[in-house]
Amino acid sequence: MKSTLVNMVLSLGVITVVAASALAGVYTLTKEPIAQAKAQKQQDAIGEVLPGIEFNNNPAAEATEVEINGETVTVFPARKDGELVGTAVESHDNNGFSGLITVMYGFDPAGVITGYAVMQHAETPGLGSKMGEWFCDPAHSIIGLDSNTSNLTVSKDGGDIDAITAATISSRAFLRSLTLAGQASQQFATQQ
Amino acid sequence: MNDKLKILFNGIIAENPTFVLMLGMCPTLGTTGSAINGMSMGLATMAVLICSNVVISLIKNFVPAKVRIPAYIVVIAAFVSVLQLVMEAYVPSLYATLGIFIPLIVVNCIVLGRAEAFASRHGVFDSCLDGIGIGLGFTIALTLLGAVREFLGTGKIFDATIYPEQFGSLVFVLAPGAFIALGLLIALFTKMREAK
Amino acid sequence: MLEYISIIITAIFVNNIVFAQFLGICPFIGVSRKLSSAVGMGAAVTFVMVLATAITWLLQDLVLTPFGLGFMQTIVFILVIAALVQMLEIILKKIAPVLYSALGVFLPLITTNCAVLGVAITVVQKNMDLGQSLVYAVATAIGFTMAISIFAGIREQLALANVPKAMRGVPIALICAGLLAMAFMGFSGIKIG
Repeated sequence: MKSTLVNMVLSLGVITVVAASALAGVYTLTKEPIAQAKAQKQQDAIGEVLPGIEFNNNPAAEATEVEINGETVTVFPARKDGELVGTAVESHDNNGFSGLITVMYGFDPAGVITGYAVMQHAETPGLGSKMGEWFCDPAHSIIGLDSNTSNLTVSKDGGDIDAITAATISSRAFLRSLTLAGQASQQFATQQ
Repeated sequence: MNDKLKILFNGIIAENPTFVLMLGMCPTLGTTGSAINGMSMGLATMAVLICSNVVISLIKNFVPAKVRIPAYIVVIAAFVSVLQLVMEAYVPSLYATLGIFIPLIVVNCIVLGRAEAFASRHGVFDSCLDGIGIGLGFTIALTLLGAVREFLGTGKIFDATIYPEQFGSLVFVLAPGAFIALGLLIALFTKMREAK
Repeated sequence: MLEYISIIITAIFVNNIVFAQFLGICPFIGVSRKLSSAVGMGAAVTFVMVLATAITWLLQDLVLTPFGLGFMQTIVFILVIAALVQMLEIILKKIAPVLYSALGVFLPLITTNCAVLGVAITVVQKNMDLGQSLVYAVATAIGFTMAISIFAGIREQLALANVPKAMRGVPIALICAGLLAMAFMGFSGIKIG
């Protein structure tokens, strides 16, 4: 087809408008499923980090933001008949090996760690990415530790926790976000 | 019929996008830490490739020659964005794993290359076949590279353990292994094609 | 200030765009046979990457986010980059012919350089502000130029070596790139601030 200014502008315009409106259509169609997928992931993680704890509220609906040392974390309180039986805390740390990591931690009302689920990370596969299994492996598990009394740093820094082999930076980031989550959980529990 | 099959197989062997044309290197290296990731990336690219090839061969007669590249880019970008939204909605964990390489399909030289070299000159059906063929070639290459890296690095293929993980050399899962494994695979492919 | 230095060191060495993020591989392999052309490509990428990041960041902040058009990001960014490259070509030809003759041949190749779009998307994903984004773009481009220049230097020597037939060209280059990437892993874990 010959290129004249009119048909060049016209054809590009038509293609762009069609593409943009098709895209807007798909966006409206997928908006709901995307939101659902995100909510589902959060819901699953909350259930996963509070194993064996029965609650009959919807923790996600009662999400509360708590500020600790200038960082904001989200606390999801789990209640049975109105009484606090545990908290799931979505915490994060910006100094992982490849930047941001986001982890959900579970605590019982006394502050004992009940579980965790890694929500988002970009750590090195085979090294830092092992954090999903490492800290619940019985040999170096954090589950069952009291977040108030334990020294939640890697043994290299004088703490109680074994770092992931060859991934100390990822481990430190993980434990920093854990400490943050523990403090948030306690602060939330005392406010109740 | 024969020439249709030829179009289809052209992309898998003679013009394999990875091993022969050596296009689309970024996702090839960046997403093949495991066989399953490589395969997903290949299939995602294939979906965009087929759709964009079909649409471009449909509109080729209405687009003035001088603005055809921007027009093709818009078409491709639209399909990539659709793919992004659909993946985020229905396979969110895969979307998170492949990360930035999904929007970057838009600048994958394979997609624009096929639009310009094939779809803008052939009919809809042939263009669709070409999309499938090249897409399959790309998917096979990525799956193979992913499988090799996963096997050497962690002793697994598609998450099925072949030998204990601690005997693996982790470097193949990390960045250097991507370059080295791909280099060796291309050399092997060249050797095999020459032997024929 | 420390924050910016940290971004710079990370983008150039620790998280090098070629060796750690696998972006911009096509020009890295394709335009690295000669040191002079590698440096030219690096300069052209630097130019486009910084401009493109500035424009796309502003677009995202002033148009896409306020109007809830985040889903149009990919399509808008790639159009901006394509248009920018075209315009640069025309403008450079007119006002800086010397620069044009040095960079001109590389410009058309940059539209499909995923490093440029990659950086534009990354700064939005990481929620960087305009200053951080620009520093990140400059540092990433320096990292790219450094990587491609080192690599071209190696390939110039490699051309003289007697390599097995099937390994000639891209395969041996990729293996060298792998060794380079291994060297760059030595920087990993470095943190400032």
